[in-house]
Amino acid sequence: MDLNITWFILIGVLLVGYAILDGFDLGVAILQLFTNREEDKKAIHDAIAPFWDGNEVWLITGGGAVFAAFPHVYATVFSGFYLAIMLLLVGLIFRAISIEFRNQVDNDAWKTFWDKAFSFSSLVVALLLGVALGNIFIGIPLDGQMNYTGSFFTLLRPVPLFVGLTGVLMFCTQGAAYLLLKTDGPLYKSARGWVKKSWMLFIVFMILTTVVTAIVDVSKIGTLFSSTAGYLAIILLLAGIVLLPIFLKKEQNFRVFLSSSTIIASMFLIVGATIFPNMVPAQIPEYSLTIYNSSSSQLTLTVMLIFALIGMPIVIGYTTFVYRVFRK
Amino acid sequence: MDPVLLARIQFAVTIGFHYIFPPITIGMTALISIFLGLHLKTDDKLYEKIAQFWISIFVVIFSVGVATGIVMEFQFGTNWEKYSRFVGDIFGAPLAAEGIFAFFLESTFLGVLVFGKERVSKRTYFISSLMVMIGSTLSAFWIIAANSWQQTPAGYAIVNGRAELTDFFAAIFNASTIPRFTHAVVGGWVAGGFFIAGLSAYFLYKKQHIIFAKKSIKIALIFTLVTSILQIELGHIHAVQVTHTQPEKMATFEALYETTTHAPMVIMGIPNVEEQTVDYEISIPSLLSIMIDFDPNFEVKGLNEFKKEDLPPMMIPFFSYRVMVGLGFYFMMIALIGVILSWKDKIAETRWFLWLLIVTIPLPIIANEMGWIAAEVGRQPWVVYHELRTADAISTVVSAGEILFSLILFSALYIVLFGLFVFLVSKKMKKGPEAAQGGY
Repeated sequence: MDLNITWFILIGVLLVGYAILDGFDLGVAILQLFTNREEDKKAIHDAIAPFWDGNEVWLITGGGAVFAAFPHVYATVFSGFYLAIMLLLVGLIFRAISIEFRNQVDNDAWKTFWDKAFSFSSLVVALLLGVALGNIFIGIPLDGQMNYTGSFFTLLRPVPLFVGLTGVLMFCTQGAAYLLLKTDGPLYKSARGWVKKSWMLFIVFMILTTVVTAIVDVSKIGTLFSSTAGYLAIILLLAGIVLLPIFLKKEQNFRVFLSSSTIIASMFLIVGATIFPNMVPAQIPEYSLTIYNSSSSQLTLTVMLIFALIGMPIVIGYTTFVYRVFRK
Repeated sequence: MDPVLLARIQFAVTIGFHYIFPPITIGMTALISIFLGLHLKTDDKLYEKIAQFWISIFVVIFSVGVATGIVMEFQFGTNWEKYSRFVGDIFGAPLAAEGIFAFFLESTFLGVLVFGKERVSKRTYFISSLMVMIGSTLSAFWIIAANSWQQTPAGYAIVNGRAELTDFFAAIFNASTIPRFTHAVVGGWVAGGFFIAGLSAYFLYKKQHIIFAKKSIKIALIFTLVTSILQIELGHIHAVQVTHTQPEKMATFEALYETTTHAPMVIMGIPNVEEQTVDYEISIPSLLSIMIDFDPNFEVKGLNEFKKEDLPPMMIPFFSYRVMVGLGFYFMMIALIGVILSWKDKIAETRWFLWLLIVTIPLPIIANEMGWIAAEVGRQPWVVYHELRTADAISTVVSAGEILFSLILFSALYIVLFGLFVFLVSKKMKKGPEAAQGGY
């Protein structure tokens, strides 16, 4: 396995780490829309307040890693998706501020405002991340100089939109599963209902996405089933979908959370297995950004690998420590 | 409108606004760690109360810093696509390292600092504050290492039209990294020190929370005195380095047109670009040569040595550099007077000085901004010194209209954020230290 493939996988690991961890922050924020009582809203807020910032660092590190390992991907996608990225940034700013400022003032209107900002900014962020992934999955229009030739609306084609909606539901499932671990009383009961509903809706949208993809570009499905990673992804997806309700029924809540996390990981594996060895497939195949033509030099990839091998175990070590500190 | 100019304005707005906050938090974490360390050592509850109050204000500043920081990382790709392709092999690695080695540490342990006081031992709590401090300082290191590579690139070769890494340590520890890192971090310490000293002075001025404020202000002032003295020397080291590695930048700072020995140091004046002189000049003969090499015979290069199209603009670097240096000396004086007054236990009664400390709060932030403006505008017309021009670095596919739209959007957002920041800090000040609990 060469360094470029290694980094393709590592970027995937960072994105999965982000989606599993920040996924539950995004999910609970959207679910907060479905609560009425102030104590439930506060409980939802407090469940993620110590962690959301650390979770978002996975995205920042992922962004930095893409820049470092595949600078052309970073340059093409960020300049090409300009308005979408700006919208994403506004969403991320509002989210950060709403979480930190909510409890700063003891006033109902203030809290309601920031709760709404928290929910809607998270919804926008979750949707945009899914739409971006959907675009990478289905391919985007690129020219011979690696530049994006589409517009903002090119990003909103059917497949990316369905991937985006599926992603929102996936994050809702993850958020609800997280609340099972962090809450009790009536909110816990609501969370059980949310897990079930979002899980069902997720399955519906997963099927719809598959159908739409098959209509638009059936070769994607074929590619998925032509690799071991693709089969593995399908097995993981099915395992997560099947096991989740079983664990939910037995109230084995941590396993519910793991099942939901497995579903998230499988989604990224599906995209990875389909696009490999491209990083960003182009509509005209020879213009695609591959893991070779878009990468940094071998020396940079080596240095970065050393960083990751030293740094990430330490990060995982103290993150685990802090999560244990805040156990229910 | 010119997309290059718009992209530059947007970058200036984004980082200019962001850069208000991290230096204060870098300084505040150092002081919070000192207070928690003193609490651990003496078991005096007052130190704990002091730490709690400043942590509660720290959270507000930190949140705005985080919220605006993420825009920074994305902006290289959105607005500066050609730059990103050219430098990605070198510039991306420190950005990723900043995430792996700094942001995770900082944000994870901040969770403990804000929400975990009742859940961990006193010792672990203190260590968490140290981790936040180390994290924020490491973050400064990586981002400044990346930025310094733009100033004094090293450890690379141009291959296939882009800069490729040949020597990692040479690139990270390029000629300006250490002088700029130390100068910027200590600039943060001074800013955080005056921030805490100024807010404590406000309590004393209002005759509130006297015992709390006296203890807090004394430690903050001692810290600020030490750091502002250190800063003068670090600024000097950095200036010497600039003279050697980017002579046209130093010549711009000093409006020096002809190469000369016995170069004067311009204290104040208005550069006259047409006449190549300085109007209303007040300067000290030979001092620039002496400052750089301890020798009046040292030859300082003038602007006429360089091609006109390779020179930075004159006015902005010239004045921002002067404001920064002037403020640096002012900080040292104020901190010295403050420490003496505090030592003699007369600070609470010296109302004019308390007032002065309050109005000094924004000045270190202005000094940091001015230093950054001098450094970055002084690097023009290059985005990577002598390798890539700023005009050749912007995104191919992003239109001027799109940049203008997002510039207006973010400017409006930042005005609101700044208002919220001021509102929340004043609210916490009104409530006072008794109300502070964790982040709220």
